Amino acid sequence: MDKNALLRDARAYLFLAPALIVLFLFSFWPVGLGALLAFTKVDIFNLTASQWVGLENFRNLFDDPVFIGSIRNTLLYLLVVPLIQVAALALAVLVNSQLPAIRLFRTAFFVPVVTSVSVVGIMWGWMYNEDGMLNQALAWLRLIDAPVGWLSDERFALFSVMFVTFWRGLGYYMVLYLAGLQAMPQEVEEAALLDGANRWQRFWRITVPMLRPTILLCTLLSTLAAMKAFEEVVVMTGGGPIGSTYTLAFYAYDMGFRAFDFSRALAASLVVSLIGFVLAWFNFRFFRPDAR
Amino acid sequence: MFKRILLSWTPRYTLLALVGLFTTFPFLWTLSTALGDSGNIYAFPPQLLPSDPTLAHLDEARRAIPLDRFFWNSVWIAGWTVIGTLLISSLAGYALAVMKFRGSKWVFLAVLTTLILPSELNFIVNFITVTQMKLTNTHAGVVLPLLANAFGIFLLKQAFEEIPAEILDAARIDGASEWQLFLRVALPLATPSLAALGIFTLVATWNAYIWPAVVLQSPDEFPLAVGVLYLSGTFAAKTRVVAAGTVLTILPVLLLFLLAQRYFMRGLDGAVK
Repeated sequence: MDKNALLRDARAYLFLAPALIVLFLFSFWPVGLGALLAFTKVDIFNLTASQWVGLENFRNLFDDPVFIGSIRNTLLYLLVVPLIQVAALALAVLVNSQLPAIRLFRTAFFVPVVTSVSVVGIMWGWMYNEDGMLNQALAWLRLIDAPVGWLSDERFALFSVMFVTFWRGLGYYMVLYLAGLQAMPQEVEEAALLDGANRWQRFWRITVPMLRPTILLCTLLSTLAAMKAFEEVVVMTGGGPIGSTYTLAFYAYDMGFRAFDFSRALAASLVVSLIGFVLAWFNFRFFRPDAR
Repeated sequence: MFKRILLSWTPRYTLLALVGLFTTFPFLWTLSTALGDSGNIYAFPPQLLPSDPTLAHLDEARRAIPLDRFFWNSVWIAGWTVIGTLLISSLAGYALAVMKFRGSKWVFLAVLTTLILPSELNFIVNFITVTQMKLTNTHAGVVLPLLANAFGIFLLKQAFEEIPAEILDAARIDGASEWQLFLRVALPLATPSLAALGIFTLVATWNAYIWPAVVLQSPDEFPLAVGVLYLSGTFAAKTRVVAAGTVLTILPVLLLFLLAQRYFMRGLDGAVK
């Protein structure tokens, strides 16, 4: 082996070392260790003292009605996906123009995306307040007689939280769709225009098929995001009222950092990861560009 | 002619304005609540332009909790994360793009794999790791796990790949070492991508809530995004004071985003691809 090659390799790995160490420690290690610890009674201060308990954590999980409720809530949460995708695509079409001041609108639509979730939670807490602007506006429109407890009534709380997820994500997917629209060749649309296709036909026959890869990507991203949604729950309801806003990921977070039961937290997060994986696969099969 | 254009624009602008109101209303309401001084905050229709604007609530918020300290904590955490991310990602990106070495395919694949690992709940084990390293309640514990990600490495790898080989070869012939090549030639040429990654990382870190809230226990170490929720928990009844703290939390990152929007969007593009 010649010395130069060895030196060359050593130099390259020196450049790569910091990244590889951090990636190993905080991306690979947690997956392996987490999957392992999910089958133990975790002692977080002395990991080697963790006791192997087999499937006990998972049995406890499925015996817990709150966990079962959180599965249902996470499935409900997926309703955000089609709504946000349709709205974001429509919005992208709307702002994909050269109208004066259109950039201003794009920025306004994007502002929620660059806002911290803690701030979002506080602001929407006010909006959803009994006296808040949402109730006031609805009362003014004579749509409701009495104030609705958007976050305090267990019938509405989950949907209120989902709505905030919609509000936060709209601008993000709009920008992704806008990039897709702007990358589309103009000629096809112009040809269709000459052939007398109206706006509706052009949208369905040209824009949507050509945007298929972007639609796939965005749907995948937002499915995974909805699957793992919990930050909004943390900052807005803390799982309440009466446990009605527990999502799967919130359950894992809650078990770990409020109940300090890391065994069950890891078991729950393993379940989330597994379902996430299955959903991603399903999504991919369903929307694959060549699948018809 | 002019009139016709105006007419055809009206429905579009109405729609745009309505959506704009939807996305920005909570911000406008919070701002007007923070600045206003008298009257019922929940009056309807809301008075978005307060008649008697005042900064008194901002002062009160700063006296109630150490907002200035939170601000500097945010600056430290975000600053170190950005510097560390840029350094680590550019070193790795450079190696993958320019240097030839055995195992490069495997390294590339390993970095790629992190993208499909179920990572969203890593923070539970990462918390355990940080606890083992005795870094809980320190800024280092917050920053360290964020320093390397596939997106940053790939963004810079791509930037370095776009540098013409002739430029690098010319510098090599002039006797530049690999390190000089990286520092003097490659890095300056990748400035736009570095800026994109920097801005994107800065906004993401400034806004991060869960991870810092998990690692940091003492309020003295809180960044703004965590501190503001602490403020709203402690002073829930004083809505105007909490609103003032909220405005202070958003303002720096919003200004930065508005100024560097172009770079931010480039970063976002990179994050998706």
